[in-house]
Amino acid sequence: MHPAISVIFFTVISGAGFGGIFWIGAGLADGSPTIARFAVMLLSCSLAVAGLLASTLHLGHPERAWRAFSQWRSSWLSREGILAIACLIAFGTHALLWMTALAGMTIAGWLAAALALATVFATAMIYAQLKTVPLWNQWLTPPVYLAFALSSGFALVAAVSPAGYFLGLPTALTALALLVIAWALKLAWHLQGQVSTLAQRGSDTGTATGLGDLGKVRLFERPHTGENYLTKEMVHKIGRKHAAKLRLFSVLTAFASAGIVCLLVWLAALPNLVLALAALLQIAGLFVERWLFFAEAKHAVSLYYD
Amino acid sequence: MTSLPQTVDKKLGLVIDLDICVGCHACVVICKEWNTSSQASPLADVDAYGSEPSGAWLNRIHTFEITPPDAPAQIVHFPKSCLHCEDAPCVTVCPTGASYKRSEDGIVLVDESMCIGCGLCAWACPYGAREMDPVEKVMKKCTLCVDRIYNENLEEVDRVPACVRTCPANARHFGDFADPQSDVSQMVLQRGGFDLMPEMGTRPVNKYLPPRKKTCAELVAADVPVAGSFLGWLDRALERLG
Amino acid sequence: MKTKEVAKRTGSHRLDTSPYVSDEIRQTTCYMCACRCGINVHIRDGKIRYIEGNRDHPVNRGVLCAKGSAGIMQQESPAKLRKPLLRTGERGEGKFREIEWEEALSLAASWLGEVREENPKKLAFFTGRDQSQSLTGWWAQQFGTPNFAAHGGFCSVNMAAAGIYTFGGAFWEFGASDFERAEMFMIFGVAEDHDSNPIKLGLSRLKARGKKIVAVNPVRTGYNAIADEWVGITPGTDGLFILSLIHVLLKEGKVDLDYLLRYTNAAWLVCGDEEAANFGLFLRDTEGNALIADRETGKVHSRKQKGIKPALQGRFATPSGENGVPVFELLARKYDDPRYSPQSTQAITGVSAAQTRRLAMEIAQAAFEREVVIDQPWTDLNGERHEKMIGRPVSFHAMRGISAHSNGFQTARALHLLQILIGSIDAPGGFRFKPPYPRPVSAQPKPHGRVCRASEPLPGPHLGFPEGPEDLLLEEDGVTPIRIDKAFSWDAPLSAHGLMHMVISNAHARDPYGVEVLFMYMANMAWNSSMNTSAVMTMLTDKDESGQYIIPKIIYSDAYASETVAFADLVLPDTTYLERHDAISLLDRPISEPDAVCDAIRWPVLEPDRDVLGFQSVLLDLGARLGLPGMANEDGSAKYKNYADYMVNHERRPGVGPLAGWRGADGNKNGRGEPNAHQIEEYIANGGFFREHVPPEAAYFKHANQHWQNFAISAGLQDKQHENIFQLYLEPLRKFQLAAEGKIEPQPPQTHRQRIIDCFDPLPNWYAPFEGDMVDSKMYPLHAITQRPAAMYHSWGSHNAWLRQIHGENAMHVPAAVCDDQGLKDGDWADVMSPHGQIRVQVKRMEAVNPRTLWTWNAIGKRSGAWTLDADAPEARKGFLLNHLISELLPEKGDGLRWSNSDPITGQAAWFDLKVRIVKSASQGEVTQPQFPAQQNPVPSRKGDVAYGGEQQK
Ligand SMILES: Nc1nc2c(c(=O)[nH]1)N[C@H]1C(S)=C(S)[C@@H](COP(=O)(O)OP(=O)(O)OC[C@H]3O[C@@H](n4cnc5c(=O)[nH]c(N)nc54)[C@H](O)[C@@H]3O)O[C@H]1N2
Ligand SMILES: Nc1nc2c(c(=O)[nH]1)N[C@H]1C(S)=C(S)[C@@H](COP(=O)(O)OP(=O)(O)OC[C@H]3O[C@@H](n4cnc5c(=O)[nH]c(N)nc54)[C@H](O)[C@@H]3O)O[C@H]1N2
Ligand code: SF4
Ligand code: SF4
Ligand code: SF4
Ligand code: SF4
Ligand code: SF4
Ligand SMILES: [Mo]
Repeated sequence: MHPAISVIFFTVISGAGFGGIFWIGAGLADGSPTIARFAVMLLSCSLAVAGLLASTLHLGHPERAWRAFSQWRSSWLSREGILAIACLIAFGTHALLWMTALAGMTIAGWLAAALALATVFATAMIYAQLKTVPLWNQWLTPPVYLAFALSSGFALVAAVSPAGYFLGLPTALTALALLVIAWALKLAWHLQGQVSTLAQRGSDTGTATGLGDLGKVRLFERPHTGENYLTKEMVHKIGRKHAAKLRLFSVLTAFASAGIVCLLVWLAALPNLVLALAALLQIAGLFVERWLFFAEAKHAVSLYYD
Repeated sequence: MTSLPQTVDKKLGLVIDLDICVGCHACVVICKEWNTSSQASPLADVDAYGSEPSGAWLNRIHTFEITPPDAPAQIVHFPKSCLHCEDAPCVTVCPTGASYKRSEDGIVLVDESMCIGCGLCAWACPYGAREMDPVEKVMKKCTLCVDRIYNENLEEVDRVPACVRTCPANARHFGDFADPQSDVSQMVLQRGGFDLMPEMGTRPVNKYLPPRKKTCAELVAADVPVAGSFLGWLDRALERLG
Repeated sequence: MKTKEVAKRTGSHRLDTSPYVSDEIRQTTCYMCACRCGINVHIRDGKIRYIEGNRDHPVNRGVLCAKGSAGIMQQESPAKLRKPLLRTGERGEGKFREIEWEEALSLAASWLGEVREENPKKLAFFTGRDQSQSLTGWWAQQFGTPNFAAHGGFCSVNMAAAGIYTFGGAFWEFGASDFERAEMFMIFGVAEDHDSNPIKLGLSRLKARGKKIVAVNPVRTGYNAIADEWVGITPGTDGLFILSLIHVLLKEGKVDLDYLLRYTNAAWLVCGDEEAANFGLFLRDTEGNALIADRETGKVHSRKQKGIKPALQGRFATPSGENGVPVFELLARKYDDPRYSPQSTQAITGVSAAQTRRLAMEIAQAAFEREVVIDQPWTDLNGERHEKMIGRPVSFHAMRGISAHSNGFQTARALHLLQILIGSIDAPGGFRFKPPYPRPVSAQPKPHGRVCRASEPLPGPHLGFPEGPEDLLLEEDGVTPIRIDKAFSWDAPLSAHGLMHMVISNAHARDPYGVEVLFMYMANMAWNSSMNTSAVMTMLTDKDESGQYIIPKIIYSDAYASETVAFADLVLPDTTYLERHDAISLLDRPISEPDAVCDAIRWPVLEPDRDVLGFQSVLLDLGARLGLPGMANEDGSAKYKNYADYMVNHERRPGVGPLAGWRGADGNKNGRGEPNAHQIEEYIANGGFFREHVPPEAAYFKHANQHWQNFAISAGLQDKQHENIFQLYLEPLRKFQLAAEGKIEPQPPQTHRQRIIDCFDPLPNWYAPFEGDMVDSKMYPLHAITQRPAAMYHSWGSHNAWLRQIHGENAMHVPAAVCDDQGLKDGDWADVMSPHGQIRVQVKRMEAVNPRTLWTWNAIGKRSGAWTLDADAPEARKGFLLNHLISELLPEKGDGLRWSNSDPITGQAAWFDLKVRIVKSASQGEVTQPQFPAQQNPVPSRKGDVAYGGEQQK
């Protein structure tokens, strides 16, 4: 699949944003100094919003985006939109109640948290639902999206919370744990991805043309000699070597380096603020991870084009 | 409403006969020609006279080569347009309701005025039957010529899809698959019509007819000169003429 | 009931299931290729809404091909020329200045006038893929130059000539298969053919009836892909394969003797006396009638004698002491030879003995055990009444795959011999004549041009059918060609369509002489229609010592900014096919169907938005300015206002004009009748064509059918009866052999004698294609050929925004085996070398092809900058022409002569004789080679997008 920058940016950034919203809602920032807490609220929120806005960039008609809220009954994309808005409203309420020190702030927080998870889940389902892209169409896709959102979001929020402990665990250790879990899931996803292929699902040029039982079928000539929307959008090719390099980079930054930072913060008891670096490293690495998520995905249409 | 209709009164679609398609692209161009100035927005072409011309088309001809174990390799020309699936994933994924399947006749359409051009339906289609218009930025697809088959401004005989009307080899047939007696249903029955990628669970309405078995040069007794002298048969044959 | 309707809504969705279509339908004739289908042009707000096939039209019956449907983009093309152009830069650069028509016409008239007054020969007028040859030929005849022809010589003259000489018809457009009745159909060397849509319609009818289709072709695409059996023959060997089929049929006695005796020269006696001057010629009586022998009495009689039982074998003495052998015995003996047995031919043809033999038996089985009988009495030319029409339902079709070889004439003859032996020509289920055919050689003109005087017309038409050396167009010395293309010379005696492909190189070599004005129409000679394209571009730009171009003046009429436009001095911009009048005339290459006499017109369904004029009108104007007989009145004024005027009012023979329909003052006469002022309106009202059905009793056996003869005469197709005896044994060829043997006059130069003796066999024979035979097959082990893509017409679609997306570049298709031993993968760049040149191309692997044959799509490659495309268009960077590898001359063979790469009999360009080798390119480049400096365009190019039709949506 063609790795569209707007979509990559959207999934990574809003993922971190909603992750942040989740943790704030869950009270991770509760102890933080007002300024810091306000800052991180604003940051998470704007990341989420920035992501959403970015996602509209790849629309042919952004001005009609509002229509996308109508089909929640059947469409994950529609659901995502609705949930995102709902989440932002809940989170806004949470912020408001906090600033006005009124009651119900915690409830609103938890509501926002739940909706944040739901939003990320919906985003993941947009991809996970597609039978046409077996690599995405695995049960692990939503967990991976959620885990990355939670992990990057946590590091972000934790950076401003002075508390050494969260839910009884050293904050930095939790950050590390989340990171490890996320990458463990990603590894599992990757391994499962090896067998979640068109061939494994019983699709090949033979079934695509229905001519398989006549003999070995191969594309002889494409319909048109030039490229078209389908070849540009869905028949993206990327070299194995190239992919391996990029994968290494994403693991080194988003996992290894980020992990080491968390470790240092924990062992050397550095100020939590340093976790911001971990957050940045993760986000940087996740851009590449997400690029590969698209670039390496093979669409059924490719059976008609190569 | 992008949920699929519970029932459809008719199942209109095409049968494509791979035994006779000569890959001439006639159906491809007439499709573009009819649709570019029909009711929907034009089917545009970018960089039309440049180094990377690329346009939106609703029907394309692929060419495949088949190498059977026991016979010489053969070429099959393979037209492909929207199959108007019964379980059309392109419809259910659409966030705006622009994509829909008609309950009257099962035709799958895009309402351009509602389309935000997100491209998700094209991702959901296993067959590459949807193309984003490079200029209009809305999703384009085969309409089964819904603006011909019911069009009172056309003569009765012409109320068929443009591609069907033009195919010089008569490899394309239009009809109602819900009616077991219809020509298309009968053809599918007799010729063993099949679905593309049934494993995708889309239940396509359009069906394809397989190429008939090609005679491969099976051996016959090598050339044994017939008995008898040179032109021995001639006199006898002439006698028969009298 | 066309009413503009407001968009309805179904459910929540905007959808109008009955949108307004068009304001008006204008019916004319397509010209996106030479098939000439009927089209309905839907007009909306003065623009084309869309184009569809005309259901009533005899040619396409409502269907339309990809090219036809792309007509809109042809009309929208930025490459359309806009105004007459006068060259300002160097030839080939494409620098011009726009001039007014008056200036253009008077300039052309002055150039042509000088030539006509001094020496008309100095004009070479060649009209490419002209559909108005009855006008252009007549114009050239009135001008008085011997140098006229259209594109037939590089196209498929072998097909036309072999057919006319053998049975007075031909494949190509002169006949069609009886698709309704054939039990078996065999198609040789066809990718598209001119009858594009009719063949596809026919194939589908055969399929619908479950009849067997056999395709003989090195490549298994298109028609060949859907055939039930594929014969992956080695290029250039069809003749041998066919003679091998004949060998089997003769051995098995599977021939239609009754048919042979009635309709052919099988029984004619051929002089068998080696010493005699007429050895190998027919024995004749004093009236010149051929002699036959009675197999019972052994006596020899004139073939006109009734009631004898013709002998088909034996040796018979005439009263005058000559002795002769029946043609049939000669041919039976010839093909009985073991060298034609399937075993001996398989090594050369690549077709297994078993397959050859089985196919022969399948043909016999279909022809003789599944004969079709129509209950339709008819009477033959001998007055004998037949109760039924009995057919041998095996139909054959063939085109350039067999004709574009240096042995193509004989190969086509071999195929016709096969058709005739099984009795399937113009018999139900077989091959059928299209009116005005049949038209045997005896009813065809002889070539004219020997007498050619200043300011005088030629006594007759340029092109014709010589019946012996005496009919050649040679100077007094009996050797020097009279025509610039050397047609009807010893180089190509039966070149019935001329040799357009030799004109530029002969004019450049001033051999036989130089020309003053080269006047061309509708032929992209500086690119895809020339062999040796790069050299041709140099020839057009070469100058002599004095700095003058060796070809001093070039006038060219094109409608678009083609490669050739850049090489012209004066460009006459034509209209598009939707903007002009045209006659698809019975005097020309008609559109008739076997069951109907048809002709058609084009008319301006759109008004040109540019300062352009239809070429035919321009030609008539020039004719008037030059005072050519028939084109200027006494007072020097123009006889015809324009082409439309000519179409209606010109009479070639009394009562017979360009159009056959609605003649006579009140339009109630067909075929013959005085001009009708309202004729064109009648055509338009009738969908743009005229059709008159052939009476059922005249439908078959036209070559010998009394009803047909009567009908043809009344319909103005011919003025008298034509006897049409199929020529199994072709005497004119034997005459050339005798001349070469030094037995009759005039005699060819020594240099030509052996090749004439070898190739001019009066019975169809096979010899290895020249180039293939001359080059070292170790150096060049592979064949390389081109195919017509169904969705592109030569260079016409280059500038078509839709078609160029389908074929914007081409690859070289390479057999899997060759890929494997050359280490070639899809997309690799490879160098392809011929004895003549080298090109760099991208490779595409293929299994379904003859293992020794490379092929590519024809004419996809373009010169950078041409056709108003971007200089780096894929057509120029990734597309290529095979033409760079093909020379118009054969490799030197040390006799000091350079022989043209053509069939020695007809001069047909031997495109498909090419031998090559392929190796992976050292540097895996980005572009094909050769590349040429980008040419400038005389019209502005158009950047950006096309979104047609938007403005029409209300
Ligand atoms: N769409 C389209 N239609 C066209 C044209 C076009 O450019 N485009 N051009 C028109 C013109 S000008 C012409 S002359 C006609 C020509 O019509 P065709 O005769 O169909 O022309 P080609 O494409 O040259 O076809 C040659 C075929 O012969 C095969 N062949 C080559 N060598 C041999 C051989 O030795 N033996 C056999 N058996 N086969 C062989 C090739 O593989 C190819 O399939 O088409 C006309 N129609
Ligand atoms: N390698 C290879 N080369 C081949 C062949 C092959 O098989 N292989 N085939 C050969 C054969 S059979 C043929 S017939 C030739 C065909 O080749 P050409 O005779 O060159 O024919 P085209 O390229 O079709 O068109 C010639 C010119 O006609 C112009 N034209 C188009 N429409 C009009 C019009 O309405 N008016 C005017 N005045 N001009 C117009 C086009 O712009 C183009 O410049 O190619 C030959 N070349
Ligand atoms: S028009 Fe008919 S024959 Fe031609 S490509 Fe389309 S389906 Fe095949
Ligand atoms: S073919 Fe594709 S676009 Fe058409 S209905 Fe099926 S899934 Fe949807
Ligand atoms: S591109 Fe248009 S039709 Fe397709 S899913 Fe998006 S909104 Fe629906
Ligand atoms: S049915 Fe109409 S829209 Fe669909 S492919 Fe045929 S012509 Fe195109
Ligand atoms: S075959 Fe196609 S291009 Fe040629 S005349 Fe017919 S419709 Fe036009
Ligand atoms: Mo041709």
